Amino acid sequence: MFVSASIEPVNSYPVPALEMDGDLQNKTSQTIMLAMEEQSEVALRVQKSGAMTFFSVNDGTILLNEALPLSGAITAFDVNTQASGLMIFSNNQDQALLVKHSYKVTYPADVRLITPQLVYPYGEAPLELGFGESTIQDITLRDGEEAMVIAGVNSEGALQVNRYLKEIDFLSDEVVLEQESVNLPSIAGQINQVEIDQTMRWLFVLADQRLLHVINLEDESLTQTITLDSVGTISSMAFLLGENSLLIGNTQGQVSQWFMARQGEQWRLNMARSFVLENKSAVQTIVSEQRRKGFYVAGEDGHVAVYHSTAHRSLIDEKLVDGDISMLSVSPRAKDILIETKQGNIHHFKVDNEHPEISWNSMWDQVWYEGYEKPEYIWQSSSSSNDFEPKYSLVPLAFGTLKGAFYAMLLAAPLAIAGAIYTAYFMAPALRRKVKPIIELMEALPTVILGFLAGLALAPFLENNLLGIFAVLIVLPVAMLAFGFSWANLPAKIRHLVPEGWDVVLLIPVIILAGWFAIDISPSIEVFFFNGSMVDWLNNDLGVSFSQRNALIVGLAMGFAVIPTIFSIAEDAIFSVPKSLSYGSLALGATPWQTMVKVVLPTASPGIFSALMIGMGRAVGETMIVLMATGNTPITDVNIFEGMRTLAANIAVEVPESEVGSTHYRILFLTGFVLFLFTFIFNTAAETVRQRLRTKYGQL
Amino acid sequence: MKNSMNMNLNISLKDWVKSGAPFIWLNAGAVAISIIMVLGLMGFIASKGLVHFWPAAIVQAQYTLPGNEAVNIVGQITDSEMVSAEQLLAIGLKTPNGAIEAKRLLLKVGNRDVYGGDFRWVLEHHLTQQTLPQKAMAIERREWGNFYGFLGEVFEGTNKVADTKEDDVKAWQVFQSKIERALTIHDDIMDIQKGQIGSINYKIERLRLEERGLELDEQLTPKEVARLQSERDALNAQYAVHQITLSHLYEELERDHFTATEMTGQTVEIKMSEVVRAFRPNAMTAGEKISHYFSKLGEFLGSDPREANTEGGVFPAIFGTVLMVILMAIMVTPLGVVAAVYLREYAKQGFTTRVIRIAVNNLAGVPSIVYGVFGLGFFVYFLGGTIDELFFPESLPSPTFGTSGLLWASITLALLTLPVVIVATEEGLARIPRMIREGSLALGATKWETLTRVILPMASPAMMTGVILAVARAAGEVAPLMLVGVVKLAPTLPLNGNYPFLHLDQKFMHLGFHIYDVGFQSPNVEAARPLVYATALLLVIVIALLNLSAIYIRNHLREKYKSLEI
Repeated sequence: MFVSASIEPVNSYPVPALEMDGDLQNKTSQTIMLAMEEQSEVALRVQKSGAMTFFSVNDGTILLNEALPLSGAITAFDVNTQASGLMIFSNNQDQALLVKHSYKVTYPADVRLITPQLVYPYGEAPLELGFGESTIQDITLRDGEEAMVIAGVNSEGALQVNRYLKEIDFLSDEVVLEQESVNLPSIAGQINQVEIDQTMRWLFVLADQRLLHVINLEDESLTQTITLDSVGTISSMAFLLGENSLLIGNTQGQVSQWFMARQGEQWRLNMARSFVLENKSAVQTIVSEQRRKGFYVAGEDGHVAVYHSTAHRSLIDEKLVDGDISMLSVSPRAKDILIETKQGNIHHFKVDNEHPEISWNSMWDQVWYEGYEKPEYIWQSSSSSNDFEPKYSLVPLAFGTLKGAFYAMLLAAPLAIAGAIYTAYFMAPALRRKVKPIIELMEALPTVILGFLAGLALAPFLENNLLGIFAVLIVLPVAMLAFGFSWANLPAKIRHLVPEGWDVVLLIPVIILAGWFAIDISPSIEVFFFNGSMVDWLNNDLGVSFSQRNALIVGLAMGFAVIPTIFSIAEDAIFSVPKSLSYGSLALGATPWQTMVKVVLPTASPGIFSALMIGMGRAVGETMIVLMATGNTPITDVNIFEGMRTLAANIAVEVPESEVGSTHYRILFLTGFVLFLFTFIFNTAAETVRQRLRTKYGQL
Repeated sequence: MKNSMNMNLNISLKDWVKSGAPFIWLNAGAVAISIIMVLGLMGFIASKGLVHFWPAAIVQAQYTLPGNEAVNIVGQITDSEMVSAEQLLAIGLKTPNGAIEAKRLLLKVGNRDVYGGDFRWVLEHHLTQQTLPQKAMAIERREWGNFYGFLGEVFEGTNKVADTKEDDVKAWQVFQSKIERALTIHDDIMDIQKGQIGSINYKIERLRLEERGLELDEQLTPKEVARLQSERDALNAQYAVHQITLSHLYEELERDHFTATEMTGQTVEIKMSEVVRAFRPNAMTAGEKISHYFSKLGEFLGSDPREANTEGGVFPAIFGTVLMVILMAIMVTPLGVVAAVYLREYAKQGFTTRVIRIAVNNLAGVPSIVYGVFGLGFFVYFLGGTIDELFFPESLPSPTFGTSGLLWASITLALLTLPVVIVATEEGLARIPRMIREGSLALGATKWETLTRVILPMASPAMMTGVILAVARAAGEVAPLMLVGVVKLAPTLPLNGNYPFLHLDQKFMHLGFHIYDVGFQSPNVEAARPLVYATALLLVIVIALLNLSAIYIRNHLREKYKSLEI
């Protein structure tokens, strides 16, 4: 997955249907666009005259020549998106024509046959633009579901925008365009290029090779003007996939990514990151991929670089052809590219670039995603739209994993170790033989059942009795101590009814009563202190958000699952401390508790440590409980009342849905491996400690 | 002799703290809490799971919210909770006599097709005239959940054959006999559809694969084509016969219907074919209730799920779990035992064995989901994909073993439980006193003979313990199975009457996954909840029994060898 991309030349041939005036290329026959279809078998070359040539990608054989049904000379041209194949041509008579190149795939005699064709989605009749007498020099098109916007610049440097609302004629099922006028604010500088973003809200105007105006088409105002002097002289500008980010290339070989994002109250154009060509030559063309957030940059003298924006990764940067590049085209699957040189040749290359999305940066660092206010850690692996920017930050997942494990250990570690101390050292042997199987049974309880109970029974219960849980934390120890003290003061007759080491049995009813009492009084306390509901109080007064399936639930349920693991190992370690040590201590007059703390525990501490490690390992890798007891939202928030998503749960949720072999699939496997390494380190450390301990006790 | 209060104390608080007793009490408390949690949890599942099958009384009452008209309400009380006065105030209601809390009941009113939802929360203090009408009936249906109401008239075809207004007892008997008849026909239909037609379809599919296989081998001669075609024709002819029987049976099934009145007074017409069971819980005697309980329990254990798994039984899940666990045990036992015997009896104890032991223990600590990922990547896609290319090219591109299934699930779980078996067996081997080995060797037995005749028989209970623990672990494991083989609903059992009988490539249902799926992914979680509790209880019982038996065997064994050691 971390292997860099490679590029291999396949073939080269003269540009098909190129007319020459002596040694020079015929002006009207020059290429203004190159495109390939899905299978990378057929390519399209659009000439400046509007003539279209479909040719075979393999050898340049001409398959079909088509002319546009548009009178007059073609003055400007633009493509909606490469993926849509929708192009716009304007002539010198204030008209524009929309054409789409598309391909029919048939299988006569079980062999794939691709037939190219031109489609006119808005009819063959040209659109009257009404931009005025002077010819249009630059035009741009943005086509959407409900509307379409065309912006043009005429030879006098005036900018005009037409917005068309689409309506489906219910009789003929044809799309009817209804024009809406757009008034533009005046802007400074001589316009070089105009672009409209996907939302059709922002119009970007590049002027004087250094000024970038952002015009809000909704309220028809100038939002911002940026002087790009810090970037240098602009030589090329294009959209990244999704038409949200502008890629701006300068004469020093730097390409920077800019997009609109809210900064406080206002929308501002932000530079998220930039890339620099190795040979620092002027950027001539920028072409984005059609399925991923990657793009190709052509520098001077045949230099081509491949970048991925989100991963901030330079995948390829090498000289591919001799001479300057005039046109570059990337196939829809981004496995083939065509490069046209100024000498009039087309070079076909195969690209092996499977997983450009992944870099150390994109997984573990804050990344500034398109449309976000600032760089953030986000995991969002898939969405319904094609031009979605996958967000593969593992930080929220790793954080969620540790958060869940932390809260689980918070409950499990004290309970399990205290329990182990008592069971191994103070408990009557007969009782111990009964308690140990119960704890083992606890270990054997399927986590799916714990998760189910946590999610469906505990979570709603806790939401209603949140205070009760905290009350239990205080009431239980107090009740236990109070009982212990009163027990010590009961007449000896009664005390001697219960043999030594059985007092834990007495505590069971005490704890049940105390717990019930704590839960029972909590509504009254809530009414008294928190106006009836602690959850509301948290939400409104403290501003702490509360979701029903939260880390507290996970902590409780997973703590339950981890207790027996820690308990068994710790108990084992304490129990196997040689009796001679404790007898010696007791004989010297130490109380049992002193013996415990000063003699037994230090000897057993490595074992207890290893118990904690193994417990931690289990909490980190636990899947079902987290899956069922949290909302599985990948957020980075320490709040105990919010949920999280762990690495393990993420695998369980997403692997069945991910496409085999895709980047997403591989990154999920990588998280599996990370999880494995994590527990491997914990376990090996614990196991080594334990084995050492065993040999040590063997000698004693 | 009168002493002051202080003198009455055996020990002062200060001394008591000094003695360290409080800490010991706290430690004891930790044990007690753990025990309470385990037992409480089991008790909770048991209480929730067991009541599911009991025919709860149907309550009829008038529900009057202030400012609204009284509505008649009929249903079973399934849950209750306390709501605080503030929460009620927020929706404009009050608690009785200004108490801080009011009791709220969850009523299962059923009739989802009429009301849209199965459940309704009602405030207890607004319920009046609560009665338990003798004639209230509950009907379990194949679709739309339960129906609660009162029986009206029963029709055979279009003829009215009974009317509760005329003779209620007779009408109820007629009604029950009609249900019985519809159920019998339904069983016949299922038999033909699942058994016979299913088997014909399976054979036709096998013929198609055979043809494709021959075509791939370029041995598809006209003769073969003709043979395949004639076989196919024969099967199609059989199919047509069954189809006719089926359509006839369906006609019979749809013949009868009855009318019933639901709580708002609306009369509903229901076909007999939709009814699974009808009963009047309020009129039942204790004996009838018990027999109803066991019949429901039988249905739960022995029949297929209905209504997107939220009703009916869990038999396919039990079957899938058991079969998967058996396959796993078959694989893990020899492997684990051999590894343990090698480690303990043959290998020279030293660095290597220490590393192996650490590795084995490590394997035990690896999260189960990681096994799932490994199983998916290595077994399913790599091994399975290769097997498909080599042995099942005729069914490609649809995978045979190249997709998750029973075989891969059991192998993955075998890997997961391997450490359990190794550790338990090794422990058993280690407990056998040296003198027994030496005695056997001294009598002239070879090492192999000593191992097979003396050591292994003595260690067999330990191996049993290991296998039982492994089975218990595998039965409860869900996370890896979600990646390598379980599905929410498998159309056929992985073991059936179609050649080759055991379908290792098939996906299967699993109790643990069933809990997850029905509890969290089903559209009607509230209605499915009792069933999930029952399923959870079943799983807990199975696993607890397995574990307790393993613990028993182990303790027994320890006692036995203790006496040998002296």
